[in-house]
Amino acid sequence: MPRDATSFRHTLNRWDVKSAPYLYVAPFFIIFGIVGLFPLVYTAYVSVHEWGLITGNQGFIGFENYSDVLAQERFWQAMRNTFSIFLLSTIPQLILAIWIAAVLDANLRAKTFWRMGVLVPYVVAPVAVGLIFNQMFADKSGFFNAVLTSVGMDPIGWHSDPFFAHMAIASMVNFRWTGYNTVILLAAMQAIPRDLIEAAVVDGANRVQRFFRVTVPLLRPTIIFVVITSTIGGLQIFDEPRMFDQIGLGGSDRQYMTVTMYLYELGWGSQRDFGRAAAVAWILFLVIVLIAVVNLALTRRIADSGAHVPERAGKGVQS
Amino acid sequence: MSNQMPIGMIEQTAGKGAARAAARRRVRYDQGVRRPTWVTYLLLTVFVAISVFPLYYAFLLASSTAAEIAKDPIPSLLPQGHLWENVKRVLDADIGFWKALLNSVIVSTVTAVSVVFFSTLAGFAFAKLRFRGRGFLLAFVIGTMAVPTQLGIVPLFIVMAKLGWTGHLAAVIVPGMVTAFGVFWMTQYLSQALPYELIEAARVDGCSMIRVFWHIALPAARPAAAVLALFTFVFAWTNFFWPFVVLGSTNPTLPVALQLLQATYFKDMALIMAGVVLATVPLLVMFAVAGRHLVSGIMQGAIKG
Repeated sequence: MPRDATSFRHTLNRWDVKSAPYLYVAPFFIIFGIVGLFPLVYTAYVSVHEWGLITGNQGFIGFENYSDVLAQERFWQAMRNTFSIFLLSTIPQLILAIWIAAVLDANLRAKTFWRMGVLVPYVVAPVAVGLIFNQMFADKSGFFNAVLTSVGMDPIGWHSDPFFAHMAIASMVNFRWTGYNTVILLAAMQAIPRDLIEAAVVDGANRVQRFFRVTVPLLRPTIIFVVITSTIGGLQIFDEPRMFDQIGLGGSDRQYMTVTMYLYELGWGSQRDFGRAAAVAWILFLVIVLIAVVNLALTRRIADSGAHVPERAGKGVQS
Repeated sequence: MSNQMPIGMIEQTAGKGAARAAARRRVRYDQGVRRPTWVTYLLLTVFVAISVFPLYYAFLLASSTAAEIAKDPIPSLLPQGHLWENVKRVLDADIGFWKALLNSVIVSTVTAVSVVFFSTLAGFAFAKLRFRGRGFLLAFVIGTMAVPTQLGIVPLFIVMAKLGWTGHLAAVIVPGMVTAFGVFWMTQYLSQALPYELIEAARVDGCSMIRVFWHIALPAARPAAAVLALFTFVFAWTNFFWPFVVLGSTNPTLPVALQLLQATYFKDMALIMAGVVLATVPLLVMFAVAGRHLVSGIMQGAIKG
């Protein structure tokens, strides 16, 4: 083979090795940059302009969209509704998921069957869940009210009463996500080194004490992971409350209108005001970031205080 | 437990070593070898029943008639004979069911294939190749996993409108083509599942980098890729907000069509529930076949995440 060709191939080869990694990660960064990050940053730009769905950019107006939105009682109502639904779903869901995971963390027959059983709701679309629960929680001729009246109790205004409406919507979220979080927590439980539990037995701890003093503290990083992911999703909730009635504005008094529903209504509803919708999106974004940072600070403190605990990753999953 | 000697007593009578051995036996007895009692199974049966009941209830109403449901919201705990009739009415309804089904199949399949391909490509580079900026870029990927990109909806819509894509499936597919989670997931998997020796051997044999990816990395990534494909498919199939905004009612995916069904026929619960059943059955079938991979996928993700 002529020398030139060899050195050409050599150069080509070196170029291949050097450029390949960048070429392989590039599609992710390019696409994510265009459809993920750019819109988020550009939201800030739109939010300081007068911008209509049809009229387009009408010029810079500073923080007027923000002050307009923040002056709306509807906005604050949507914030309150969102946080109420979020708390009613996250907290019971977490407790329930830990409990079910503890029950599953045993030498069961047909393990996979039970694990799949609690995960079934995950493959049901939130829209479908919304439609089913809308009927089950119907104020008149709904499943739950029929059960209540049949045992001699008064029917509940699941749609008309804000608190019960929030409960009903939170129950849709719980229905879909409890099983998912159960499986995550179960995995974390099974990764706890058995000698830690043995040590607790040596110290005379019974099963309940072992669960609350050993298992639950060691689950804290996983619990915080679950809380962070449900915060990010929960504060953006749209599908379930949107499907809770056929009109989709969050009830006659907006008693279950969430922030994302408000955003949609501003941008694509009667106002068609993209500037204000973008302002709402940025406010919600900042709220989510703020809560995530608080969560992260908590995680770090817990990770530091738990430094003496052996690596939980070493053990892997036992199934 | 009641007839067992307390561990403390074993320690006092037989020493520390014996106490530790007894503790180990007891842990294994409580959580390992011993089969749980019927109480555990009863609890689990209740949990699973609650998880499945709303679906069964939808099925019951779908096999009933609107008049029966109006009379009694719990028509009967056994399915009635009106399922086919209601299903036919959904197919004939003015929501374009077949189109929506086809759209959902296209969107979910293309999204899943694309996410798996780009994630494996990037994951291979992050896990097995050395390059400047690798650490920073990987940290960036992990950082963006938590970014609520849904909140960029306003500019995304403006861009789609400029491109003339509103109402077209591309407007839903393109923004879903890559996910930070997918890249992280494949990086994690390939860093432990793909030995360096295999890559080096292929390089010595004269494979170019792209052939190493195609013939070595991609086959090695198959188990994790299947799980990632499943998750992406489920996500795309159930996704509502963005398709609802950008597609509108003329070219819907299944969740958008369901919303339309409710808005148009909200008094006809039997019809709506038949629509719910139709939209859910494909994923339930998939879950019956591949659900255990979803379970193990979530469990692996939890350990690494």
